[in-house]
Amino acid sequence: MLVQQIVNGFTIGSVYALVAIGFTMVFGVLELTNFSNSSLYMFGAYITFLFYTATGIHFFLAFGISIVLTGLLGYGIDRFALRQLRKKKAPKLSGLITTLGMSMVVDNAIMVFFGTDSKSFENFLDFGKIYIGSAVVTWTQIIILIAACILMITLSVITYRMKIGKAMGAIAQNQDAAKLMGIDTDKIISLTFIISGFLACIAGTMVAMYYRSIDTAMGSSIGIKIFAAAVLGGVGVLPGAVVGGLVLGIVETIVSAYISTGYRDAISFSILILVLLVMPNGLFGKKAINKV
Amino acid sequence: MIEKLSTWLVRYKRTLLIITALLAVLFPWIFSSKYVLRIAILCLMYCMLCVSLNLMAGVLGQISFGHAAFWGIGAYTAAILSKNYGWNGIAALLMAAVIAGLFGLLLSLPVMHLKGYYFTIVTMVFCQIIRVIEINWMSLTNGPLGIMAIPKLSFFGVTLKSQRAYFYVILFLLAAATFIVRKIIHSRMGYAILAIRDDELAAGAMGIHVFKYKVYAIVISSMLAGAAGCFYSLYTSYIDPSCFTNAISNNILVMVIFGGLGNIFGSFFGATVLTILPEVLRGFSEYRQLVYGALLVVLMLVRPDGLFGSVNFKYIEQRLAWKKEKAGGDGHE
Repeated sequence: MLVQQIVNGFTIGSVYALVAIGFTMVFGVLELTNFSNSSLYMFGAYITFLFYTATGIHFFLAFGISIVLTGLLGYGIDRFALRQLRKKKAPKLSGLITTLGMSMVVDNAIMVFFGTDSKSFENFLDFGKIYIGSAVVTWTQIIILIAACILMITLSVITYRMKIGKAMGAIAQNQDAAKLMGIDTDKIISLTFIISGFLACIAGTMVAMYYRSIDTAMGSSIGIKIFAAAVLGGVGVLPGAVVGGLVLGIVETIVSAYISTGYRDAISFSILILVLLVMPNGLFGKKAINKV
Repeated sequence: MIEKLSTWLVRYKRTLLIITALLAVLFPWIFSSKYVLRIAILCLMYCMLCVSLNLMAGVLGQISFGHAAFWGIGAYTAAILSKNYGWNGIAALLMAAVIAGLFGLLLSLPVMHLKGYYFTIVTMVFCQIIRVIEINWMSLTNGPLGIMAIPKLSFFGVTLKSQRAYFYVILFLLAAATFIVRKIIHSRMGYAILAIRDDELAAGAMGIHVFKYKVYAIVISSMLAGAAGCFYSLYTSYIDPSCFTNAISNNILVMVIFGGLGNIFGSFFGATVLTILPEVLRGFSEYRQLVYGALLVVLMLVRPDGLFGSVNFKYIEQRLAWKKEKAGGDGHE
């Protein structure tokens, strides 16, 4: 029973982790709380659905097109709104409100176009299940977890080992100085948004397959959780986002199995507050030094 | 354009204030349609919420994404007290403010040392926790069904039924809230809070009791929101947990930022425009939220500080006074 709950928790958690990585990457580079991330997640799932059902092409081709389109949407949000704000040296808060507005636009556009009823989604990762003791693990769950791990490792290598990652770090520290060092800041920031779009789309489509349905509330229900997962792990730290997501997922499933389903969110969020009380920078966050 | 408008506003401040006050008092007699009055009442209530949030977000500089939680706590307190225990309006209002203030105190303790996005997530999560409790504590809050048939507001045996009466009640509450917040901003405490906003460490080094003033600002802000919540539940006589979601918290914050952080006039403006706007857009029906979101993005692109965020009314006032003095002086010589 407990093992089964942990397995389920791992699955939910790896989904949170997938979206939280994109969120935390944008945050790490721009210190921007990107509210439109959960909209990208929903957008990705819906676009996959649209291409698959409307054109009848192979599912994974539709998935690929959807990933590209969601990346483009992420790029668009940066290119047509946030970049203009950066040019004006606008306060950080206006960037946040902009992403909130963008998320409203995307969410409602989806609602208008597809309708608010939930749609059934075929599961293409259904390769049966395996038994570990008394627990049942489906291949879908394993694939989601593996995908989360692979993407985390790839992105960690990119951000912490490659030149692009170094550029991202430089932009995070000081944009003007980074520009003077010959870094094309706009290009790197756009790339970050594209990557976060890719991740959101992959996560959205995989969740749609796991639950076999999509609806227009899927974005808003996950939004606050990916933020929580990223903060729990320490904002801007990629492995932190993954651990935060997994911990949140496991806590959630265990609480709803053994304590109360209704109070699930209240309890898991209270734990988050407690963790922040003890570790104000999250589990893996670096301590910020206050200077006057 | 905004600069010109602001100068104009400051120049004719007294006349405009009198005209606005007169208009506000006469409003329910000019417009008698129930629909218009209802929108006006909601407008004033959102103004009150924005003024209270502005104290926390604009003056103290802690951007809260959970203001609807306090509003909801006030609403539920008033609803339960007046329905189950037969409390009268004034007592319920005071108690709603006190309970919301207590929760504000409770929230202020964990967020004391948190800044920026950590504060954001804790307030967001706080709003969610309160909502989950509202949904699940069946015996107290009647869960997702909400509390129905909350007795209407009554003063000394007179029950208020007409929209007009409620209009005057919320007008009075808003005036009181604005008065309190203005008094605070222009007092020693207000300067201390502003100093904390600009630099917490430096403020502490200057001898300002950071902890105390932070708690004061958060508690007062949440008390005012609680009072607004009490009004809401007694006015609509029906509340359920879906009234107090994170989306509503975001809306209130957007109103404050739309008008300009730390600016009471801006808050009024933001709350009024963004309450009326969805009603005007009702013709677009399903595209309403889409247009609203797009407008937000455009506004931020045009004025990143909000409409009146970068306007310093005090400076304009001083400059005008100086010009006047100079002109007067020239005349004498």
